[in-house]
Amino acid sequence: MKVYVDNNATTMMDPAVVEAMQPFLTEQYGNPNSIHKAGSSIHPALASAVDQVYTAINAADADDIIFTSCATESNNWVLQSTWIDDILNGDKDHIVTTEVEHPSILSTCKFLEEQGVKVTYLPVNEQGVVEAHTVSSFITEKTALVSMMWASNETGMLFPVKEVSKICREKGVKFHSDAVQAVGKIPVDLQDVDIDFISFSAHKFHGPKGTGALYIKNSQKLSPLFHGGEQMAGRRSGTLNVAGIIGMGKALEIATTNIGGKMAEISAKRNKIEDALLELEDTFTIGDRNNRTPNTILISIRGVEGEGMLWDLNNGEIAASTGSACASEDLEANSVMLAIGADNELAHTGIRLSLSRFTTDEEVDYIIAHFTDAVKRLRAISSSYAIVQPTPGGEASCEVH
Amino acid sequence: MAKNDILGETLWDAYSDKVTTLMNNPTHQGEITEETAAANGNKLIVADFGAESCGDAVRLYWEIDPGDKIVNSKFKSFGCGTAIASSDVMTELCIGKTVQEAVKITNIDVEFALRDNPETPAVPPQKMHCSVMAYDVIKKAASLYLGVSEESFEDEIIVCECARVSLGTIQEVIKLNDLKTVEEITDYTKAGGFCKSCIKPGGHEDREWYLVDILENTRKEMDEEKMAAAADAGSAGEFATMTLVQKIKAVDAIIDESVRQFLIMDGGDMEIIDIKDSGEYIDIYIRYLGACNGCASSSTGTLYAIESTLKEKLAQNIRVLPI
Ligand SMILES: Cc1ncc(COP(=O)(O)O)c(C=O)c1O
Repeated sequence: MKVYVDNNATTMMDPAVVEAMQPFLTEQYGNPNSIHKAGSSIHPALASAVDQVYTAINAADADDIIFTSCATESNNWVLQSTWIDDILNGDKDHIVTTEVEHPSILSTCKFLEEQGVKVTYLPVNEQGVVEAHTVSSFITEKTALVSMMWASNETGMLFPVKEVSKICREKGVKFHSDAVQAVGKIPVDLQDVDIDFISFSAHKFHGPKGTGALYIKNSQKLSPLFHGGEQMAGRRSGTLNVAGIIGMGKALEIATTNIGGKMAEISAKRNKIEDALLELEDTFTIGDRNNRTPNTILISIRGVEGEGMLWDLNNGEIAASTGSACASEDLEANSVMLAIGADNELAHTGIRLSLSRFTTDEEVDYIIAHFTDAVKRLRAISSSYAIVQPTPGGEASCEVH
Repeated sequence: MAKNDILGETLWDAYSDKVTTLMNNPTHQGEITEETAAANGNKLIVADFGAESCGDAVRLYWEIDPGDKIVNSKFKSFGCGTAIASSDVMTELCIGKTVQEAVKITNIDVEFALRDNPETPAVPPQKMHCSVMAYDVIKKAASLYLGVSEESFEDEIIVCECARVSLGTIQEVIKLNDLKTVEEITDYTKAGGFCKSCIKPGGHEDREWYLVDILENTRKEMDEEKMAAAADAGSAGEFATMTLVQKIKAVDAIIDESVRQFLIMDGGDMEIIDIKDSGEYIDIYIRYLGACNGCASSSTGTLYAIESTLKEKLAQNIRVLPI
């Protein structure tokens, strides 16, 4: 059985989404900005996709939702244009973000630091979230923007966006949230949460890869990142990714229809796996699961290194993910794991399982069985569970990185 | 960056089949107890290296007979696939060796033993660093058995831990082959070819010695040696008796020291083409380069300056002939 539980990385396209996109990849290939019929005939479908997206996140007509190539672009756009508009050409000099953002925020902030911007990276608590009062205490008169994720890709933990949005509004600071892991998974209501910008991406909710969006409240000023033609009112140039936008609309409509029911189903499966795995000795999960996206588990398994665990899962055709440094190209320890900070070991033993509404009950049972076997096998090899102790003087502490 | 880097490599595809096989079924995984060793009349040594909190840990077991021979070896490992596979090969390499021989096993030996064919690395370079810990744990086990400190096995400073290349070797290779770049050092010695920590500060691990500094200092030393050699040659009046190569080196050193900088300031340079010793005269043929080539003073003032410097420092019967 092939089981995919890496849905925080990317998802399968819903067949209904593929179907909705199909005509716009084949016969209806016109450029919507052309004046002829081949172009203008695309408009109704695009307009309804735009409606679907506005409805799904409850955006107002006065707001802009601008389609981009991915959430990485959306995140770069907010940060880089804030720098240009409010720091280079304004009197601000500071951005507040968190230690656990996605690299598309963190690397951009590092880049801005090199350009002379002051950046504060807020720490998280043992639940892996930033507390609202922490945000409040780091905002200064010179702060141009607060950027804090809505939900963590690693842990699924939800951040206090509503409270932070109030703080930011009170202090007159703009607020952006990377909502990639929230939109389509949990209700995101922009009438309820007063926020200036959010980023999201279609491939995280069963839409196509290569289509992201940036929500801009009240169509407020934010210089373009892409200059060029007049597409999307000049806010983001480039011929529209017609099929992608239509796919995003459809995918988001499906994901947010009866979202409560979908969440309940996914979290029931997630909880079944989590309960079963926590039965294994010396395992624990990160973060209160009532405050997580319904699909995510980050579990630490004592004595079992993450990449090794992933290897065994992969041999069983299970696709999961690890924050272990060993599995990353640069061997950097996972920033989220380190930020939680309770135990360094965790940075090397975390396995993330992220389900979707396509995860079946059979798959749930298969995961539990195979995961348990893998833990047994690897613990049998593990030095952490060895019985014979080192010759006196033969003990070691962490000498390698 | 180029075409082959655009998609990056997928980590596991870079592992050799041997790594895969041993990760799935390690052959020497397990423990040796005190009782077993004692029953065989042997000694048990157990040594750890690394820790869970740093991502990789290995425990090595040696059963050693009274003749210092490792008759059995096992391991336990907290680590990824390459750590388990490399630990397995490490124990394999230890069995049958004496403790003194085992200390000579390097991480490169382990990596080589994991290769499917001699040309293709068994693991991608960044994995060498964290998951091949053979040398460290062997050294520790040996020091426990022999009752000596681990440092006593280090007769020299190791610059590159992955390939176990010493400072002395690197300096020697730079001098012998006139190496000018770190890449050349890596080509000649493998130092810096694996985890890359020893190339320059800021890598995975802080090091005491970095290739960039060793290269710079060794080149400086080489220049100084050259100067000193030239000065010696001149003062001892030995120039006439030198071989052609020595003569060219000596002349070059003087030019470097006293002439070249002025030529370069004017946008030019020169090179030595040949030296002919007729007994009466030593003729040094030079060619002007860049702006010197064809400039007015190149056959008068500049030439005179070069010739008189060489005469003063090397031998009175030198003539400098531009061609
Ligand atoms: C929290 C978060 N932000 C941003 C991104 C980047 O999204 P995209 O792949 O659309 O650039 C991801 C996905 O990897 C993510 O999980």
